[in-house]
Amino acid sequence: MITMEHVCKSYKIAKRNAGFGEALKALFHREYEVIRALDNVTFTIGDGEMVGYIGPNGAGKSSTIKILSGILTPDHGTVLVDGRVPYKDRIRHVQEIGVVFGQRSQLWWDVPVIDSFELLKDIYSITEPLYRQSLEELTELLNLTELLRSPARQLSLGQRMRCEIAASLLHRPRILFLDEPTIGLDAVSKLAVRDFILKQNQTHGTTVILTTHDMQDIEALASRIILIGKGRILMDGTINDIKRGGENIDETVAELYRSYDI
Amino acid sequence: MRSIRLYLHYVSINIRCVMQYKTSFFLTAAGQFLVSFTAFLGVFFMFQRFSKVEGFTYSEVLLCFSVMLMEFSLAEMFARGFDQFSGMVRSGEFDRVLVRPQNEIIQVLGSKFELTRFGRMLQAVVMFIYGIIQSDIAWSFSKVLTVIFMLIGGTAVFTALFLIYAAFCFFTLESLEFMNIFTDGAREFGKYPVGVYGEKMLLFATFFVPYALIQYYPLLYILGRRKELIFMFLPLLACWFLIPAILFWKFGVRHYKSSGS
Repeated sequence: MITMEHVCKSYKIAKRNAGFGEALKALFHREYEVIRALDNVTFTIGDGEMVGYIGPNGAGKSSTIKILSGILTPDHGTVLVDGRVPYKDRIRHVQEIGVVFGQRSQLWWDVPVIDSFELLKDIYSITEPLYRQSLEELTELLNLTELLRSPARQLSLGQRMRCEIAASLLHRPRILFLDEPTIGLDAVSKLAVRDFILKQNQTHGTTVILTTHDMQDIEALASRIILIGKGRILMDGTINDIKRGGENIDETVAELYRSYDI
Repeated sequence: MRSIRLYLHYVSINIRCVMQYKTSFFLTAAGQFLVSFTAFLGVFFMFQRFSKVEGFTYSEVLLCFSVMLMEFSLAEMFARGFDQFSGMVRSGEFDRVLVRPQNEIIQVLGSKFELTRFGRMLQAVVMFIYGIIQSDIAWSFSKVLTVIFMLIGGTAVFTALFLIYAAFCFFTLESLEFMNIFTDGAREFGKYPVGVYGEKMLLFATFFVPYALIQYYPLLYILGRRKELIFMFLPLLACWFLIPAILFWKFGVRHYKSSGS
């Protein structure tokens, strides 16, 4: 169970106008602007739920994920994940979660994928039988047999993403954070990834929190949608709440963003 | 024990990565060797003119320089991850470190093991052997032990400096080049026993950044100029410098802001 109550987080951003002169001025005197990345965010997510966390760029999605995974400390508010405060009890907390950053790799570039997996086994202190079992299952479901022995740099993006997802699940986390897992993937890979996430949720009851700009991801995966804009939670409901008849899902969401003026 | 095994696992992966590019590996190692060789030439030509520097002979200075270089190369080999830490913060890779259930220092240490520093190490060892042959030191068990202590203490001091260097990145996001005065600078001015730089420098290097503890004092002991046993153990005492470095690092981690997206 994940609860966030009245969570706020702001950043100080340095601002200056264009040009060399301005850059020189900023070297000595810098003007800052405080950006409220999260503004009184409150929600609860139950065990085994699949939640799509959507919003335009810069809305605060990544900040939320980072707070929930223990990377960032909020300025105010309380965060509890299965009874733990992520940023205070970091090591115990991250043992139970898996995180996939779609834009960043966690595999070692120059060695076969299986070497990276073996290292993860040590990092998460996974026991030998559990590791064998997880690896076997993930290899079969994600179709990794051919990929495990190639270095990550020689894999296509879709192949690599399948390996990334497997890497995040080797230790059987109870909660999985997916930050844009289908970004840049071709249609076949996208379908494979979606299909796998769905199965993972059904067989292991893994809670999945998904941020994406791909609305088909949301349609396929998320039974619940949380919409965030300018750091505030604007809507918390199901896909049917935002669908209004015949338009396609992208238009629906664009319309939704416009209606909230975000 | 667990963390040592994990660290070794990291090292092994790093080496496997390096072996993928063997030309690059040998060229870099050779380059490292040559760079230190020019430094050695500097000392060599110096002594073509003068036979002594502040009472230290050529071979004694060589001993001093080579030990310092070994310490520095070892630290660079192990703690290279901290040296390149600004990249890790900027690219957001440090986020990944934080979502893994292991100590951050071990993970950053493991992120890069610079085997190519082996070239520099080799240069240092050659110089060291040459220095030993040239000087007429009466070697004893305790003196050999002192050299080992110097290597341990020196690696610790330089690692601590790299750690401080890295911790600054949490606040500035950039690596601070002025910190190089303490790392690369120390390697350069460490060619000569710290004592030759005068009283004030010696005080600084004893109580502030403990270079003298890993170089000057134990060297006096090895050369037989001081007989007190404390001089033998001073290099180990220099390890205290890791404590403020680790505290500063931990303070930095709490300040970590992560990068966009």
